[in-house]
Amino acid sequence: MDNSLLFHRLHFSFTITFHYLFPQLTMGLALLIVIFKTLAVWKKVDSYNAAARFWAKIFAINFAMGVVTGIPMEFQFGTNWAKFSKAVGGVIGQTLAMEGLFAFFLESSFLGLFLYGEKRLKPIVHWLSSVLVFLGSWLSAYFIIITDAWMQHPVGFIRLADGTFQLNSLSEFLLNPWGLWQYLHNMGGAVITASFVMASVGAFYLLNNKHIEQAKNFIKIGVLVGTVCTMLQIFPTGDQQGKMTAIHQPATLAAMEALFDTENGAPLVLVGQPNIAEQKLDNPIVIPKMLSFLTYQRWNAQIKGLKDFPKDQLPDNIPLLYYSYHIMVGLGTIFVAIMFLSAFLLWRGKLFESRWMLWILMLSFPFPYIANTAGWLTAELGRQPWLVYGLLRTSEGYSTNVSTGNTLFTLIGFMGLYLVLGILFLFFIWQEIEKGPMEEGK
Amino acid sequence: METLWYLIVAFMLTAYVVFDGFDLGAGVVHLLIAKTSDERKLVLKSIGPVWDGNEVWLLAAGGSLYMAFPLLYASSFSGFYLPLMILLWLLIFRACGIEFRSHINNPLWQQFFDVVFSISSLLIILFCGAALGNVIRGVELDKNGYFFAPLWTNFRVGNNPGIIDWYTLLTGLLAIITLTMHGCLYVALKTQDTINLRAKKLVKSIWLIQVFLSIVCLFATLSIRPEILGNYKAHIWSIVFPILVVLSLVGILLFLKKDNELLAFLSSVLYIIAMLGGVAFGLYPNVLPAINRENSLTIYNTAAGSYSLQVGFTWWLLGFILVTIYFIYVYWHFAGKVTITNDEH
Repeated sequence: MDNSLLFHRLHFSFTITFHYLFPQLTMGLALLIVIFKTLAVWKKVDSYNAAARFWAKIFAINFAMGVVTGIPMEFQFGTNWAKFSKAVGGVIGQTLAMEGLFAFFLESSFLGLFLYGEKRLKPIVHWLSSVLVFLGSWLSAYFIIITDAWMQHPVGFIRLADGTFQLNSLSEFLLNPWGLWQYLHNMGGAVITASFVMASVGAFYLLNNKHIEQAKNFIKIGVLVGTVCTMLQIFPTGDQQGKMTAIHQPATLAAMEALFDTENGAPLVLVGQPNIAEQKLDNPIVIPKMLSFLTYQRWNAQIKGLKDFPKDQLPDNIPLLYYSYHIMVGLGTIFVAIMFLSAFLLWRGKLFESRWMLWILMLSFPFPYIANTAGWLTAELGRQPWLVYGLLRTSEGYSTNVSTGNTLFTLIGFMGLYLVLGILFLFFIWQEIEKGPMEEGK
Repeated sequence: METLWYLIVAFMLTAYVVFDGFDLGAGVVHLLIAKTSDERKLVLKSIGPVWDGNEVWLLAAGGSLYMAFPLLYASSFSGFYLPLMILLWLLIFRACGIEFRSHINNPLWQQFFDVVFSISSLLIILFCGAALGNVIRGVELDKNGYFFAPLWTNFRVGNNPGIIDWYTLLTGLLAIITLTMHGCLYVALKTQDTINLRAKKLVKSIWLIQVFLSIVCLFATLSIRPEILGNYKAHIWSIVFPILVVLSLVGILLFLKKDNELLAFLSSVLYIIAMLGGVAFGLYPNVLPAINRENSLTIYNTAAGSYSLQVGFTWWLLGFILVTIYFIYVYWHFAGKVTITNDEH
């Protein structure tokens, strides 16, 4: 059996999953650092500057990891997915080139200034460079999301006789409605990761009775921003994404919910294991009619089940898609609970004394990473079996001139290398957290 | 429009070599011209705020190539699969060497990261130089514009060549010497005293090798790819490329003797531009020649649709103006010599 396609898919999914552990923090953190710098300039309190300086160090390590694991992503479009690139480069080449020119240069130039220039720059210029780093990283995300959105829901193109796709409207392509909601949902996810990480480090210091003043800053900002974002993540951004999936990728929706039979008044599945062989859901706990209501605002709306789609149009790994989606939604709901409870205690002035809540905050930081990863798995497994939804199959896109052995070789190489990188990363992050924020300049 | 994008991509790749070239070159000589931990810190500091932005040129050039010539990107990246993957790993090692060194205080590990930084810089240059050699020599393209190049075969040019043969090894070597010198000149420009002197001394001692290799590469290129002269014969003004190469080589030595570090560095920049410009001029309109000539990829059979190219050019201009502003601002801000005391990061 030829495993080429499988290895190419694993190659991309492994490297992208590892890569995205870093940008999700830097993008969120970029916003939180801007908040600290703004508070520092506005209220003239130096402890906010110290907070920004501490998080800038964490940012820098994550940024470096994001860059080095990001370059392989651009390369893999050509190395592993040559046929895909040949077919669609005329469209998505636009956003990939724009990302380099508009986002990366902005981000890297001003990050250099932000990290190395605090003593030489006027405070307002230093503040401005933090804003530009934020802008650069969020622009970068926009271009990538638009690229992905085009694969999910292609717009603004024509297809030529030779099978290639060519752009015919830049504005339609850049303002893809799918992409706009996906962008907001994704950025919300990134800010949630950053606010949990920030609150978690704050809780760690407070429980250890170290860096008290900064710990309180971290928790305050983390919890306030986290509360807003966890809520927006469910409504409206998550809600809108679900509705778009229902319209444009009905087979994906059925697979996410493991809805095998077409139903009027489809239930929302809370727990259960999809059983593909017998085409049913084992051990279900459901809310009757809820899925129909959430999707169409009518209790008895019809939702098409998996059995009524042609087999070759269905995502090829329904259980993984189903679990990813449910893990994301489940965790998202728990995040709202944690953040609201923390915000309530903060408002009552009890959060810093409630050790049990601080423990929860401290231990919660891995879960947003899991939720973000699961969310992306949902989006990309849901897109299968297509590279460009409904138009170009995944099996038609990989580099047939690269042998299976070579793909496996480099996949194993990346796994080994990323293991080492991951260990180094954890070590250096731990070292910075141990060192903690410096109270006075340094 | 295709020609315009050919110029843009060639320009961006040249910018990558000019900018990232000096920090790669600084990496090569890192162990040679900086001996103590403080000296090495200084070399790293001279490239610290800019190396990352320099590397972005590679990404941006790649992105533009992808946009303008999708088939070329697809074909060359999949065909050069193995060397590109190795290049990626080297880039990762190098970034770790630079970034993590500053986060650790143990002298042993600092030495370790210094060596990682230096060796990966050297190998990256070798691979990039060899890659350019491959493009000049040509690869075994099939009718659909695809190929797969092994790392090496019998080290000879001709049929079924590998990524590494005597010719590409030669171009790789020239790249190493060129960027070593380029890096030395940059370090000299940014530092004082011991390192400065060592860097300048090194340039003087490898200058002759550089001249020699440039001549050897010229004749080697003419022997394996004589048609590269076609464009030169057709357009007499192109004599400017070899003239600039000669002038810039002389300039490096001359300005160095006069202790004008800035002009010496700029001469090295000019040398790189003239050499790469000369290659780009000779290859045009081919972008990836085939051993079997009729399968060659040109700007015409690999370009994206005309709407893409036109609308792309509009925003590219805007983006380019912005990038120029950032670069001028950042380099102006970090202008001057670095010293060990002023603002630690």
